[in-house]
Amino acid sequence: MDASTASPKDIAISLSGITKRFPGVLANDRISLTFRHGEVHALLGENGAGKSTLISIIAGMQQPDEGTIAVGGETVRLSSPRHALKLGIGTVYQHVLLVPSLTVLENLMLGSPWWRRCDPKRVLPRYRELSKLLSVNLDPDALVGRLSLGEQQQVEIMRALWHGERALILDEPTSMLTPEGVRELAAVVRRLRDHGVAVIFITHKLREAYELADHISVLRLGRVVGELPKQRLTAMTEKQVIDDVIAMMFGRDNLSKDAEAALVGVASDHDDVQPVDRSGPPALTLRDVSTTGQFGECPLRGVTFDVWPGEILGIAGVDGNGQKHLAEVLAGQRPVSGGSIILNGEDVTRLGVPARRMRGVRYITDERLGEGTAAAHSVSVNLVLKETGKPPFWWKGLTRWGVIHGHARGQIKAHDVRTPSEHAPIGKLSGGNIQKVLLARELSPDAKLVIFNKPTYGLDLQSTKLARERIRRGAGAENAALIVISTELDELMEVSHRIAVMDRGELRGIVDNRKGAETEIGLLMTGARGPLHA
Amino acid sequence: MEGLFTDVFLGSLLFGAVTAGVPLLLSGLGEQISEKAGVLNIGIEGMMLMGAYAGFATAYQTESFALGFLAGGLAGLAAAAVMAALCVVLSMNQIVVGIAITLGGEGLTALLHHFQFSRSYPRLGRADTLAIPGLSDLPVVGTAFFDRNPLVYGAVLLAIAMVWVFRRTHIGLNLQAAGDKPAALDAAGVSVTLTRSLAVLSTGFLSGLGGAYMSTIGGGLFLPFMTGGAGFIAIVLAMLARGKPMWVLFGAFLFGGSLSLTTALQVAGVNIPTDVIQMLPFAMVILVLIVFARNSYLPPALGSPYHRGAR
Amino acid sequence: MAEALLRLMRILVPVVLALIVGGLILLAFGKDPLAYYGYVVKRGLLSGTGPQSSITRMAPLLLIAAGLIVAFRAGLWNLGVDGQFLLAAVCVAALAPPLARYLPSALVFLACFLVAVLVSASWSFIPAYLKARHGINEIISSLMMSFLGVSLANVLVKIPFSDPSTTVPQTETLAVADRFSRLGDTTIHWGVLLAVAAVIAVHYVMERTSLGLRLQIVGSNPRAAKHAGLNLELLTIVAFAVSAGLAGLGGAVEVLGVRGTIQADWNPAYGILVIPLVFLARYNGYGVIGFVFFFAVLMIGGESAARRLAVPHYFVLVLVALLMLFLALTEFLDQNWRRRKAG
Repeated sequence: MDASTASPKDIAISLSGITKRFPGVLANDRISLTFRHGEVHALLGENGAGKSTLISIIAGMQQPDEGTIAVGGETVRLSSPRHALKLGIGTVYQHVLLVPSLTVLENLMLGSPWWRRCDPKRVLPRYRELSKLLSVNLDPDALVGRLSLGEQQQVEIMRALWHGERALILDEPTSMLTPEGVRELAAVVRRLRDHGVAVIFITHKLREAYELADHISVLRLGRVVGELPKQRLTAMTEKQVIDDVIAMMFGRDNLSKDAEAALVGVASDHDDVQPVDRSGPPALTLRDVSTTGQFGECPLRGVTFDVWPGEILGIAGVDGNGQKHLAEVLAGQRPVSGGSIILNGEDVTRLGVPARRMRGVRYITDERLGEGTAAAHSVSVNLVLKETGKPPFWWKGLTRWGVIHGHARGQIKAHDVRTPSEHAPIGKLSGGNIQKVLLARELSPDAKLVIFNKPTYGLDLQSTKLARERIRRGAGAENAALIVISTELDELMEVSHRIAVMDRGELRGIVDNRKGAETEIGLLMTGARGPLHA
Repeated sequence: MEGLFTDVFLGSLLFGAVTAGVPLLLSGLGEQISEKAGVLNIGIEGMMLMGAYAGFATAYQTESFALGFLAGGLAGLAAAAVMAALCVVLSMNQIVVGIAITLGGEGLTALLHHFQFSRSYPRLGRADTLAIPGLSDLPVVGTAFFDRNPLVYGAVLLAIAMVWVFRRTHIGLNLQAAGDKPAALDAAGVSVTLTRSLAVLSTGFLSGLGGAYMSTIGGGLFLPFMTGGAGFIAIVLAMLARGKPMWVLFGAFLFGGSLSLTTALQVAGVNIPTDVIQMLPFAMVILVLIVFARNSYLPPALGSPYHRGAR
Repeated sequence: MAEALLRLMRILVPVVLALIVGGLILLAFGKDPLAYYGYVVKRGLLSGTGPQSSITRMAPLLLIAAGLIVAFRAGLWNLGVDGQFLLAAVCVAALAPPLARYLPSALVFLACFLVAVLVSASWSFIPAYLKARHGINEIISSLMMSFLGVSLANVLVKIPFSDPSTTVPQTETLAVADRFSRLGDTTIHWGVLLAVAAVIAVHYVMERTSLGLRLQIVGSNPRAAKHAGLNLELLTIVAFAVSAGLAGLGGAVEVLGVRGTIQADWNPAYGILVIPLVFLARYNGYGVIGFVFFFAVLMIGGESAARRLAVPHYFVLVLVALLMLFLALTEFLDQNWRRRKAG
């Protein structure tokens, strides 16, 4: 389709002046965009730019405070998700929205009028039609809970397109996929585009946008700060696109190399990563560690590796392949069902969280609000959460509130935590500030083993840059061993000495972080086995 | 002790098991619907009592048991409407509201009974039974199972019907989704609020019906607090049945038997103090909870209200 | 200033609404609500022995409330308080008279307190363990134990602990001389002071000790508690035991201070009635004392009214239910209003 002669008929959805406010924040600020049939349109922006809000408005989940939406040329009010679906606008969210205890077909049937008999035969023709369109082959009677994340996403796409193929919205679709899965998704997206569907996808990774999109719109702080339409995009190299986008977002001179790297999704070189001295014994040894898990969890299966003092070991892998159990087992929150953990020569397998903390183990969890902090309690309390009963904050069991609050004030100042006061319930702080509190609490010079679980997830560029810098510099501890668990490969490549790959609870292999590592890692993720040492 | 294994004892026990089991069955099935949809309904005891009182008063006034049942169901429905409005629509704490409904139901029905019937303590006559030809002539089990009030048969059929509804209808799918992952149901365009509200209302109706049976058929009269914890036993039944109505049927019968043991023993001439026997059903519940601790399955979204796109 | 006014409203509004709707219900039954409430206030608060009876009644209520504060703060629904209360009361009632024959009062009281706490705390072990180890919802398990406890208490009164010399089944009566002594020339016994002290002590432990903070964290976010290295299982069992122990003490105080005996089929169900009061006070010890006083007046006045005005004490159940509903509603509206204001 030639954009220069695009007629109104080609426009699937058109947004005009969309504005949405939440308490204390302007999520969308007069956004006007056009989404065309047969075009892949990427919405690019960092976390907090307002992309998700915009998507939820188009999907009918929320109503804009101002502005209009036109679908197929007619102004509409998308009153509910059901309404949007009926108009042929399907949405696939970042986190799978399927019912795990129902089958593929049952999930697809969800939403039909309740008086209709639940007849699989009625649904099968459309299922086959869509399977052919997407070139996908799944067992319709399989329980969704047992499918891989990539397969679940395919079901989601089918569900989104079920009532019509006008527009498909994908919210950060690659965050949960293996490199192989990403390639499969890209193929599906291209097929849909060629079929005439208007594909809209959200991402914060510029490289991804460049590879998949025909049209890129850049969002920052709720506004559209620039667009790269099809004609221009096809004529530019990747480097030119990167420069343009960065200029749109920050102005050409304002951005440092690190933030650029974070945005682009490419690892940049750093001088502040110290080489590792492996002449002595390792700081941490895991030998054949296994755990048991409940339904929906992925337990560990015979994990073995070593980490040396001062080393940063990255743990790569798609979410849900045992990383959580690994983190918990290291921290002492989860007992092992087999194997041993040796920290600086001492067998700590049977020790609980407080004992491990005393030996220098620190754990920064990925669930900042749900697990890392007690949301209803003050910043002060959260800063001493792991020291309850200990001096100087407690004296023979009695709480010394003055000391606790004083300590909090000091930390808030030192780490630039933005909060009304130390008494504010920590749940009210932004994600970045909660992370600062967590880092302040956990990182200390006497730490020996620090575990970071998704340290920059959901953070804006600035906080992301700060967190990665701290990790690279050894987290402020003297020769501590660091373990960084992340689903973003570029992040791991930026900070780690070596990168281990987890798949289905097993450690597939460990790769030295050098040129070509990415390919090796990709291979390991698809199930190949690799060496456990470089 | 010889009286224990006679036909008389067995017959009386089985008969009583059905009588005491039907209210448990109806309430248990009702609670199962709520729980499947993700709502923990603690107010069942109150709903049963409301149904018991309304059923009794209506049957007494109109001399029609059928109207009594209907009135009981509607009374339970009304109480459940409060729960639906506060807990599902307004997302208030399900436990606090549930306890309030139980206490309110207890107090209100006791008050009503006091002002209406405490002088006369009227009793209802025996209701007609529907004998299934042939089967009702069997020794011991004939009168116990096959010569009962039609509602008994209805309750059993309901359990069977619910197996089919849960697995093969859209209603069943919606309920399952509402309890397992309400966000998925919402994304599919089905109102989670409506689904859960209807589930709660069904629970109310069924519990009220169960209560009405208890008062009109089971005892022929109403006494304040007469359910005596049956509502809570029903909750346990639903929890342990893991989403399968037939287990509720089995459990209701079992617990009904333990509840009716007192009468059966008296009939058999065995003299164990009533208070000791009365401990039995609750002791059984605790025992079952301890033994099957690992096996009780509750839907992940149970007890947590659903907020679309919560920030 | 506005904040203090708001806090007052959050407490007064549910109370007033409950009283109004309760009054409407009385009207529906043909009773004059103003006469009823007036009588309750008069008998419970203003005239004769009323206020003293009310204050005396506070003793068991306060101890149960103290137990509930501990449980609720730890996020546990200890609905077994009635069973715990009654079992402890029965055991104390059986133990006290024989002990009083041989031992001085102080030792008798001490022994009885010990037995009461042991009995009630062990009665809470099963629901606590099921919750701690298997995550079984403690609402149901504690309620079942309560029913079981009440039945067991009855059996104990009727059979092993029964006083053969009476026609009505009850335990041997503790002579008035052997019970708690009175304060001054009132009918108030010193158990009331013990109860008030218990509530204040619980308040301070929750607010000012590491144990209290740990229980609060377990209650507000069990996952964070685990992350922080707290022993959730132990804390759950401890919280339950302390909560039940206080309820048991309430039973002991009721026997040793007022009744001297337990009759068969007696179950005042104080526990369930105290629950909304603890919520209203937002778990604050001083608030609890205030609300329990108000409620004790209602109970004493209501018991009189039951005899005089023919409004049975079931009405109090209805009032409590209304109180809980309006409390939840007010909380909800208040939170909504706050959220809207912030936006």
